[in-house]
Amino acid sequence: MNDTHPDAQDKGLTKPPEPREDFGLIREIWRILKQDRTAFCGFFIIVGLVGVAIFAPWIAPYGFSEQHIVHSFKGPGTTFLLGTDEFGRDLLSRIIWGTRPALIVGVLSVLVSIGIGVPIGVVAGYKLGWIDRVVGWMVDIMLSFPSLLLGLMIVTLLGQGIYKVIVAIGISHIAQYIRLARGPTMALRNHDFVRAARALGAGDLRITFNHVLPNIVGPIIIMGTLSIAGAIRMEASLSFLGLGIQPPAPSWGNMIREGVANILQTPWMALFPGLALTFTVLAYNMVGDSLRDMFDPRLVLGRKPGGKSK
Amino acid sequence: MKAYLIKRILSALVIMWAVASIVFFAMRLVPADPAQVVLGDYATEEALKTFRHEMGLDRPLWAQYTEFMAQLARGDLGRSMITNRPIGDQIWALFPYTFDLAISSMLIGAIIGIPLGVWAAIRKNSAVDYISRIIALAGFSFPAFYLGVLLLLVFSVELGWFPIIHQVRTGSPAEHLYKLILPALSLGLIQASYVTRLTRSSMLEALNEDYVRTAFAKGLRPKNVYFKHVLKNIMIPVVTAIGLYTGTILGGAILTETVFNRPGMGKLLVGAINQRDYTTIQSGLMVFAFIVVVVNLIVDLTYCLFDPKVKYE
Repeated sequence: MNDTHPDAQDKGLTKPPEPREDFGLIREIWRILKQDRTAFCGFFIIVGLVGVAIFAPWIAPYGFSEQHIVHSFKGPGTTFLLGTDEFGRDLLSRIIWGTRPALIVGVLSVLVSIGIGVPIGVVAGYKLGWIDRVVGWMVDIMLSFPSLLLGLMIVTLLGQGIYKVIVAIGISHIAQYIRLARGPTMALRNHDFVRAARALGAGDLRITFNHVLPNIVGPIIIMGTLSIAGAIRMEASLSFLGLGIQPPAPSWGNMIREGVANILQTPWMALFPGLALTFTVLAYNMVGDSLRDMFDPRLVLGRKPGGKSK
Repeated sequence: MKAYLIKRILSALVIMWAVASIVFFAMRLVPADPAQVVLGDYATEEALKTFRHEMGLDRPLWAQYTEFMAQLARGDLGRSMITNRPIGDQIWALFPYTFDLAISSMLIGAIIGIPLGVWAAIRKNSAVDYISRIIALAGFSFPAFYLGVLLLLVFSVELGWFPIIHQVRTGSPAEHLYKLILPALSLGLIQASYVTRLTRSSMLEALNEDYVRTAFAKGLRPKNVYFKHVLKNIMIPVVTAIGLYTGTILGGAILTETVFNRPGMGKLLVGAINQRDYTTIQSGLMVFAFIVVVVNLIVDLTYCLFDPKVKYE
């Protein structure tokens, strides 16, 4: 098919084969998943979690705010598998419903950071000059705040609730994406194929979308997967401090908070939501870690001689 | 070297100024009226006015800003909006608690992490390496506060070895140390996983260097190569990187102090946010960020003092 299309043939001659790899990237990731057992397990768990989140109303035995006051502070048993909290709410149901905010916050806040950070980074790396200097400053300042602290500041500004938490977590991780996008853009702008495109009359926008962005998608996806884990953990941390998602909305973080407050009567209340949280974060880390190892050329180079000598 | 030193210190000062300004203006962006928050919904107009006047909130923004900066330059952090106590005194009183927690968890991290990382790198792909990888993954995934909760469940609730509330009442050092153990462990074990991973990867990178091959080619015993050549070379980057984790540790300290009900700067900050004590939030955020900036500066400077390879102009 390619041969018959004159345009395609032309492109094959003038362009290096690298860009336009949306499909290639997905296939590459799939190949890695198949090779790496850890990553595959992580991926499998994530798929399961997404399923639980979507089908929560059908899986959970009770509603997340359904109160059975007579049965408050019940230990794990047959009617309430993991026990109940002070209002007699079924813990298992709340944990199942809690998958939703965790995954939503995790994914959306990463998209917020990418959506704000990557454009700023690309513009800074592409334009250089004073814009780049100002952006560099911004990054330095943002990185001098521990991310949890930055999140706390923004939450103070915006107030609490799931969408505000998403914005707070998203904004507090912008700096990493600015850095991630800026460096490669700066390197790419002087590459021959970009210069050739410019000589052919391509505008800045066209160069950015057709030549720069496709080449930095890979690292951004890896960083994105890795930071979903961090974002989920941060949501739990904020909610644990009582500054994130507010009860009665179920969040693993605020459930652990309630559990710690009643730790003598109901130790299981702090235990189980934390297990769900840890497994979720672990799953994302398993996938992200393997992806990073595979894509990091330094590590790949370092691995070969070691692997052969053994 | 001297020029670099001055440049580095100046840029740290500028960043601190920028941080202070950002925090100042952020707190002015809060939609709620601080006077209303402090005095409640039923406060009279008169009372609100007096409060705003006392706190200087009725003055133009630039005047408030210059006043704030002048105070800060004198080392004055202002007064709490709610208790009217000087914030500087409160932070200074709580600083030792947070400091002890941060330092002891860094130490735990280094004591466990460095040997494990070295061992894992030398025996690459062995059982030890596999275990180190699992520990690293677990450490990345365990939220520090949840590890704290688990320690609390096992050692305080089940075994009863430690109290549930880690309030330090008397001034005795023994009690101090006793109540530091669980909080420091919960932060330190997480820290250990970061350090293990870092040590392992820098050790592996160093093992690929030419000087290692030369050392082996000369017929040196592996033990000597590992400990006299490689370890010496990676210690500087590893130790400095541990210093750069200060930000993460401080973030973790905020959570750990809440889990264990331990006094500290983090607990002060969270309490202030819950009470909407904006002046305390402002100073608390600033002090945390300043600590990170100063530690990074110190780490940077020691790095170029100790590493002969690093030369600045």
